[in-house]
Order: sequence, then C-alpha cells, then structure tokens
Amino acid sequence: MALAEPKVTLDLARGLGLTAEEYDRIIQQLRREPTYTELGLFSALWSEHCAYKHSKVFLRRLPQTGRQVLQGPGENAGAVDIGDGWAVVFKVESHNHPSFIEPFQGAATGVGGILRDIFTMGARPIALLDSLRFGTPGDPKTRRLIEGVVSGISWYGNCFGCPTVGGEIAFAPEYAGNPLVNVMCVGLVRADRIFRARAEGVGNPVFYVGNKTGRDGIHGATMASATFDEHAEERRPTVQVGDPFTEKLLLEACLEAMGTGAVVGIQDMGAAGLACCTSEMPSRSGTGMTVELAAVPQRETGMTPYELLLSESQERMLLVGARGREEELRRVFARWELDAVQIGEVTAGGDLVIRHRGDEVARVPVAALAEAPVYEKPYAPPAWLAERRALDPLALPEPTDYGAALVELMGSATLASKEWAFRQYDQQVGINTLVLPGSDASVLRVKGTRRAIAVSIDGNGRQVLLDPRAGAALAVCEAARNVSCAGGRPLGVTDCLNFGSPERPEILWQFAEAVEGIGEACRALELPVVGGNVSLYNETVGQAILPTPIVGVVGLLDDATLFSTQWFKGEGQRVALLGPDAVSLGGSELLWLRHGQVGGRLAPLDLEVERRVQAAVRAAIGAGLVTATHDCAEGGVAAALAEACVTGKTPVGCDVTLPAGGRRDEVLFGEGPSRVVVSVETDRAREFEALMAESAIPWRWIGTTGGDRLRLRVSGETVVDVGLDQIEHAWRNGFERHMA
Amino acid sequence: MHLASGEEKLDSMRFGVVVFPGTWSDCDFHYVISEVIRQPVKYVWHRDRDLADLDCVVLPGGFSYGDYLRAGAVAGRSPVVEALPEFLGRGGLVLGSCNGFQILCEAGLLPGALMRNECLQYRCQSTSLLVENAETPFTRALRPGQVLTMPISHGEGKYHADPETLRTLRQNNQVVFRYATPEGQVTRAANPNGSVENIAGIVNAEGTVLGLMPHPERAAESAMGGTDGLQIFHSLLGSLVEDGTFLKR
Repeated sequence: MALAEPKVTLDLARGLGLTAEEYDRIIQQLRREPTYTELGLFSALWSEHCAYKHSKVFLRRLPQTGRQVLQGPGENAGAVDIGDGWAVVFKVESHNHPSFIEPFQGAATGVGGILRDIFTMGARPIALLDSLRFGTPGDPKTRRLIEGVVSGISWYGNCFGCPTVGGEIAFAPEYAGNPLVNVMCVGLVRADRIFRARAEGVGNPVFYVGNKTGRDGIHGATMASATFDEHAEERRPTVQVGDPFTEKLLLEACLEAMGTGAVVGIQDMGAAGLACCTSEMPSRSGTGMTVELAAVPQRETGMTPYELLLSESQERMLLVGARGREEELRRVFARWELDAVQIGEVTAGGDLVIRHRGDEVARVPVAALAEAPVYEKPYAPPAWLAERRALDPLALPEPTDYGAALVELMGSATLASKEWAFRQYDQQVGINTLVLPGSDASVLRVKGTRRAIAVSIDGNGRQVLLDPRAGAALAVCEAARNVSCAGGRPLGVTDCLNFGSPERPEILWQFAEAVEGIGEACRALELPVVGGNVSLYNETVGQAILPTPIVGVVGLLDDATLFSTQWFKGEGQRVALLGPDAVSLGGSELLWLRHGQVGGRLAPLDLEVERRVQAAVRAAIGAGLVTATHDCAEGGVAAALAEACVTGKTPVGCDVTLPAGGRRDEVLFGEGPSRVVVSVETDRAREFEALMAESAIPWRWIGTTGGDRLRLRVSGETVVDVGLDQIEHAWRNGFERHMA
Repeated sequence: MHLASGEEKLDSMRFGVVVFPGTWSDCDFHYVISEVIRQPVKYVWHRDRDLADLDCVVLPGGFSYGDYLRAGAVAGRSPVVEALPEFLGRGGLVLGSCNGFQILCEAGLLPGALMRNECLQYRCQSTSLLVENAETPFTRALRPGQVLTMPISHGEGKYHADPETLRTLRQNNQVVFRYATPEGQVTRAANPNGSVENIAGIVNAEGTVLGLMPHPERAAESAMGGTDGLQIFHSLLGSLVEDGTFLKR
C-alpha cells in the first residue's frame, strides 16, 4: 500500500461517527480490533442514514402489507400491483444535507439516487415529484439555494429523460439553515419481472457496472447522520457529482441485461457505496461475498481500499449474475459503453472478504455489518409545546379587508404558482402525462392498458410542529385526498421523515408521534407504507427544522379517461363543499402570514369521515358527475375556491355562500381535514345529491360558477368580492417576484 | 387519410427512429408512428449506416452523448448521421426534433446553430407556431398562416444564423415555423428562447430535411392535450401517396 493507514483507536472511531459502545460492540463481534478498512465499513453501515438505528423501533409499527403489495420496505423501493400484469415501483428519498452544502449537485444527485432505486427493481422510471422546503423567501441566500436546487433537479431529470410531474415548495424560517430536498420517483414494471437486491447462488459472479469510482462523496452517509455547524460548507468534498448521461446509459443497459435473464440480483451503490452493497446483498440472502478491489474501475490513482469501499461516486450498481452467462452481461454493458467488471463472487459462510491486490484488508460477517445496534432512546414532549398550543388565533385581530387578505394569501410564496420552477422541468417526456403539474395530483396513463395512475406528495411542517401525531396523519390524508381528487384509488404510501437530531428527547418524541400518526391514518385508509426514507439530524447550529414528514401516495384509475382536475370548467355550474365544517386557524397559513405565528390547535381529524369523503369524491368522478374537484388545504376553503377559479386555462368566477361558523376569518381561511370543493353541471345535480346521500358524508351546495369575480358571503353578508385578474396576478407573481 | 384496404401496401411509409446514447424521445416517436399513425417503424442504432429499407429517418430529442460538449456536437459526427447524405440522395426524408435539430445543424445538414436559451434556463412549455412554408413534405397538410400548438422542452434552442444565411433562408422559403402568439403574431413575447427572427423550424434548400425545436410527438393525441403535431406526420404520409416517390424503391 502506498500510504500508511491510520492506527485504529477509539478516538479514530469517534471521529468517524461511532460511539464508544459501538466501538466495543465491533470488537466483540470480530473478537479483535478492526482494521482501518473494517472500521470504515462499520462507521458507514452503522450510520443513522444506512441503519435507521434510532428510528427502527418506531418504523416497525407502520402497516406494510396489503393485497396489492408486491414489495414492502427493505428493498431499493416498494411495489404495488396495478392490474393487467403491471406494477408500480415507487419511493421518496431525501438529499437535504448535500443540497445545503452544494445545492446544484446535491439536488441533482438526489434525483440520480432515487432514479436508480427505481430501475434497480427492473422498472422504467416514468415520473419524478419533488418536495422542497426553504427559509424565508426574498432572502438572497434562500434565492441562491432555490436556484441551485431547481436547476440541479432540472438538469439531472431532463437529461436523463424522466418527467417531473409534481411536487411542492414551501417556506419557513426553520429551513433556512437546512433546506429539504425530497425526491420521489415512480416506475413501471411487469409485475412478474421485479428484481431484488439479493446475492443468491454461491459461485455466482459479482459485477461492478456503471461509472468509475473516484474520491467523491466519501463518508456522505456519515455526513447525513450529523448536524451542521457553521463550517458546513467545508464539507463540500463529501457531496457527489452527478452524470445524468451515464445514468441514462445505466438505465438502458440494466433493463436490457435484466431482459436476458442473466441477472440474479442488483443493487444501487448509493449511500456508503460499495461497502453497503457488498454487505446488504449477501445479508439478505444468507450468503457471503469476496471482492477484489483492484478490479474496481477507477478514475483516480492511488485510491486506498477504505476510499474504494466508501466512495459515493454516482451511477454505479453492483450486480450478481448467473454463473456461465458472464459474456452475455458484458456484451450488453459494452453496447452501452459502460464498464461491467467482475470484482468478486458470492460465497457460502456469510463473510464479506475484501482483498486489495490479493491482500486481505477486511473480513467481517455480513450479519454484523447489516445488524447495526438499535436504540430506544428516551423521548418526551417539548416543554414549549403547551404554550404554542395555548395560542388563541381568535384573540388576534380580524382582517379589516377580507378581499385584500385573500389576495395576499394567494400571493404568499407558499401558495403562489410555482411555474417558475416547473417550466424548468420536462413534464411530458414518455408521453404519459394526462394531468400536468398544477392540479391536486398529476395523472399518468399506463400505455397498453385502459388504466392510469395518480400521484401526489405532501407535508405540512407547521401542523406537525403543533401536533406531530395529528399533523403526520393529516399529511397522509392530504396526499391521499389529492390522489382521490384526481380520481385515483390510493394504493400505497412512501414517506420521507425529515426531523432534527433524535438524540434530543423532544425531537425523538416528534418523530415517534409522527410515525404513530402516519400509522393510524394508513390503517384507517387501508394504505400500506411500502418504502421510504428517514432523514434525521436536520439541524444547523442547534436550530432544528420543522418536523416534516413528507408523504407520497400512488393511486390507480381503472379508466384513464375518468380523471378530474382542480379548476372550474364553465359558467352556471353548481359548487358544493364536501366534508365537515370543523376548521381552525391554528397552524394555518393565514396565522403565519398575517401574524408571523405558528400556534393554536388543529381542527379535529375523523379518519372514518376522511375515508368516506375520499370514496365519495372518487365515486362522483367515476360516474362523471363532477367537472372539478379540489382539496381544501393551506388557506382554507377561500383559497381552494380562488385556486379553482384561476388555475385553469380560462379563469371562471364563482358566487358562494359559506356556512356561518365562528369568526369570518376562521370560516374563510381556517384549515381543516377532509374538505373538498367540487363543481357539478346543473343537469347532473340530482344524481350528485343521490350519490352524496348514499356516501353518508356531510356536504352542502354553496354556490354557482360564473363571471369574472370571486364573491364569498357569510351569514348573508358579502365579505369577499374580488376580480379574478387581481387574484390571478397575485398568484402568478407571488413566488416568481422573489426569483426575478 | 385512409386508403382502401387493398391499397394498404401503398399507404405505408417506413420510419426509422435513431437511438443515440442519451436519446429519450425515441420511444415517444416510435409509439406515435406505430400506434397513432400506424406505420412500420424500427429503431436505428447510432452506429448503423444501413438505412436502405427506410423512407423517413427521425432524429428524436434527448441529450445525445450527454451533450456535454455542445448539444448535438458528438452525434453530428456519428456513423448514422454520416450515412444521411446518401440516404437523402436516394430520396429519403429526415425529421429532426429538439436534439435532432441540434444534431442536423452540427452535421451541416441544416444551416445555423442552436445556442443556450436567452433566459439561461431550461424551458418546458406550450408554444404556438406560425406555419410559414406549407410546401414541404413535412407541412403539405397545412396552410401558410396556420397556427399550431406544440410543446418545447430544451435548454439550448435559441436558433442563430448569420445575416447572409438568414437572407438565404428567407429567399428559399426555408423557414417553416416561427414562434408566435396563439393569434399568429410573431412577437418578442411569444419567443420562448430568444431564437433569431423567432425561428422554430427550418428545412434544407431541397425541403427534404426538417429541423424543429418543438415536439410534434407530444402533440399527436388528444389525451396529451392536442393533435397539431400529427399534422406533420399526416403531411409525410400525404406526400408519399401524391407522388409515389417512396414506392419506387
């Protein structure tokens, strides 16, 4: 070896993110001191990012099964059956830490990573969605981050050739030092052709395929498992550099190779690179693996075994082939001008043996690496929570001009149009996108069938802050409701759980409660969680982000022609509000926008009502009874109606009388679950009424579409009467003005 | 345009869709040609030079070779593109969309060049195209002055040519499409990428090579929001039947 390796000590282990107890445990498992290379393997695989050691005990409580589930958590991504022999593979993953350090490459490689998770399963990626969170809009630093992240997503996704069909961007000061970049990918595969990350068959060859290995991203997984201090930017070398072109070649080559039948198992080299694949794949199959690192294609010279194992160079896969069919595999990858090099083989006995130019540098049982310690750390609700919840929004002054308040709300960065970002994303490649970004959910057809899928991704950190359990349940409900509003029957969930440091009891409590809330909502809606990602340590200089579970839902439409969109389609149609009346200004967009406060209590969530409302919406869409369907989210029913008026190609006004409840600002802008605005042609009103009666949900007619104004009345008094041009102008420019 | 079933053989035009490493509109063109206009179509690998059994070669969108040099620069020198002059000499037609247009310019089969969008960002949006020349094999189902709606999706679509070239293009009526308002006004605001004179698509002097930045394959079914792109395919089929050029081979 060219360079002398550092001496293995407890201090060195600590420097690599391991604790003293973990270091002792390694010595116990090996019955000796680890070598430097072995220590590197443990530090990466036992990192929070790879091992979920603080979160595992909670995640086990999520519902993960269902008739439609073809693959649950534990593989590169989850899969659900959509009929006609097809399956949808999907997953959401975070790339928060790298995106803060280097927004463009951080976000780009986030896209690259999740794309690989999907196509390692044998699926062709057909859609991307991004959930992004930033600090205060208008802050030059926020602007630079948004520009970097959006152009990184645009560059990678567009060049690769997968459309970005949805997502959301929201703002809160808590994200200023730790933005969130969560990317979800959806792929399509024949249900009987799903590939898994397994190293089966002793003697089978292990191939390294794709990009060459460099020194980029070494210890990325460890970085993602620590909080940031003021020197965060010095960690730039731990951010990987993406190459979407090579990724595209890797996609085509992998799918072609899988088609030959010579692929036994395959895994993406993501976090912790080769170290992760060479231990996880045999560990899933009860086998072992020997690897010769000198055979790994390298683009830098003098790389040590430690560096080769822990590099997070992008666009690489580890593939286990069928013995005797090596030439077939090599031919496929050569056709796509990619490296495919045999670096080892599957062995019996359960050891991972790493050699470098023949010298053994590591020998570790794969089970030891794969079975990281699981922690049950203490958790407790934060002391400040009671005070926040005690805030009474109705003790604060009421807006004097409701029309102006609505226009301001529609122009707030979180509610305003995100066209500035979406026009930088290819939304149509693959010619499947039936509903483009800008409605509650996006809809993609499944070619060769009559079916379509609807996809949505949602989360609201403010609600989770005030009530982690209910807030997380609301995120599931909203994502599912969005899919239902497009006409899709929700089939499965993927979640990305973004939180601060789990070593603080209050953060771990938020996490535990949120997971419980997701579980409750998923059980009530019969939605299995088939995969996801946990991103902890989202803190900079002790400031944690808002607790932000992001929930992605995929739903199925049996008839691709029966989808619905959120905007009104014509004049003289009747408008109905489905769902309960209960709303609250607690944690609402209005409370934040006008008073700069996050406090109060959330409106109660009745999961049975939620389920019935969603079923009623789907039934109405399926029967062709509704012309528009729109979920009430941030900004309450007033914002939902305003969006229904102005987000279509041609603005359509409406005149609506809202049921009198509490104070007028609560009636208009209060937020509550299970509420959907719909429009119905007058000659279908009778049928619609019958269907609603059958659905046994609370609902009422509230008005009629038409004209070029939005008029809202409460208790016989007109409280909002605004021209659509004014609303549309605020909505179109509200976000973009910060980017100009 | 449909012929009686007995004449089906005459109705077919043989398409080849070229696949470079990094091409991504290949499957979309293939789908529209086989499933929507129902013509024989096959993929052509970028290393192939044999185009003997084809009537029309499509260079689709994407990022050929990653476009890390200049868009289309490497693909413009690939074996399949080197075979195009001979193919054209035999009466073949070539349609390049998006990256295909960039490749045709890089290969010198069309004049001018495509540069980074003026806004310096990628743009995916719907555009309105004013039809200027309806006498090419690609546009003969259209009328001059007609406005088509088709999406664009590119980062380097700003067409550029020197004044001399622009003069020649005008003289020979080689400008086929210009970005316009939905009413057909050629305005600065309707220009999504800063192309000189709002040029969105041109043909070579012979009218046998069309390059355009918009994506006709994404506007070929009503489910995708419009069928204006289909007019280009219908024009191709129409030209086949009218002069029978492709039946002689």
